[in-house]
Amino acid sequence: MSSSDQHKGSDVLDVQDRARFEQLVLPHLDAAFNLARWLLKSRADSEDVAQEAMLRAYRFFRGFHGGDARAWLLQIVRNTCYTWLEKNRPVELMTEFDEELHLQPSASPETLAIAGANRERLTRALETLPPRFREVLVLRELEGCSYKEIASITSIPIGTVMSALSRGRQRLQQALTHSSPQEAAREL
Amino acid sequence: MSCDYTRSVLHGYLDGELDATRAAEFERHLEGCRECTTVLGSEESLRSSLQRSGLYENAPVSLRKKIRAGLDAATTSSSGMRIPAWRWLAVAATILMVASVSWITWSRRAKDSASTTPFTVAEIIDAHVRSLQPGHLTDIASTDNHTVKPWFNGKLAFVPPVKDFADEGFPLVGGRLDVLGGQNVAALVYSRRKHIINVFVLPTKEPDTPIHEPGLRQGYQWRHWRRQGMEYCAISDVSDSDIYELAQLIYQ
Repeated sequence: MSSSDQHKGSDVLDVQDRARFEQLVLPHLDAAFNLARWLLKSRADSEDVAQEAMLRAYRFFRGFHGGDARAWLLQIVRNTCYTWLEKNRPVELMTEFDEELHLQPSASPETLAIAGANRERLTRALETLPPRFREVLVLRELEGCSYKEIASITSIPIGTVMSALSRGRQRLQQALTHSSPQEAAREL
Repeated sequence: MSCDYTRSVLHGYLDGELDATRAAEFERHLEGCRECTTVLGSEESLRSSLQRSGLYENAPVSLRKKIRAGLDAATTSSSGMRIPAWRWLAVAATILMVASVSWITWSRRAKDSASTTPFTVAEIIDAHVRSLQPGHLTDIASTDNHTVKPWFNGKLAFVPPVKDFADEGFPLVGGRLDVLGGQNVAALVYSRRKHIINVFVLPTKEPDTPIHEPGLRQGYQWRHWRRQGMEYCAISDVSDSDIYELAQLIYQ
């Protein structure tokens, strides 16, 4: 599956296509919404973008030749999200190459910080990550995607998925550790 | 952080993405590497926090509804908006083709029936007009079909179906023998609000037809059809709707 599959042009869809789409693709709406929500950091925007992505997927459905329907859909969702971000929040995408980590993870403090992490702290920490790291973490930890699926959804080479996850996890630990202790204490 | 494994292979191990050989190799390494053991524990803790904190956000019901509406609009059966012009052309061409085939078939049939109809329109009108002359309308005057029908026995080589439709507004007046195209035919006489409708009946070997479109000449209208080995022609000066109504009653 390549991203060009999406651009074969829209087809005329009939009731058979509709039934097949309902069976294969629509069940992954939650996955689509969840990925959009974590990429856009907003439920309201995610509703719009997930809807747009789902209808785009339907228009290009004849270009889907079987296989992993979830990965196919999530690839479209991701592309739609990035297009939306480029248009509406270009600054967020510019930070993504600033990814050099100078902080070395030293195990024990993080372990403590993570042990006390609740939903709000995790959400905030995840949202501080650049989208490219956030998406691999969401796909791996929340969506349960394999490296192969992550590679196909994000169009990064499969050999890079592991290092992207490694760096994403380091960044997340870092964000959790460095969220202010007072704040952490209050939340706990 | 000096161990090369923590940055990469450890994550593949954590995610279950290493093949058996590499996984076993990493496990042997873990036994002797305190750093990797600590980091692995930390990563497992992070993972379990991520997975147990309810971070996964399901699509709201309202979104599901909006998407279904959008799918409806993009599916051809529920909206013609998305059908490209060439499809409409194809549809139009198909309709045209079916229409011309039907027309050809119909016109051939019309020609066939014209050539095989054993009488002309002029003969029918003549017969009808003649029947309206005093004393010519009926040979057997009866409103009783059980009287009219047997009357034809022995006078014709066939038995015409005779029914009274008085209840439907077409009382049977009687019957007579007539000649159309040199052939003896049965004429059934019905009345409709003091007007006379002649129904000529003769046997035919042609297949059944529906009730054909009305013909009109000299103020007389007629309907022609074939049914169960009989050829029918109903003619009168009443409106076509009345003739058609009687034709349908006989046709049943």
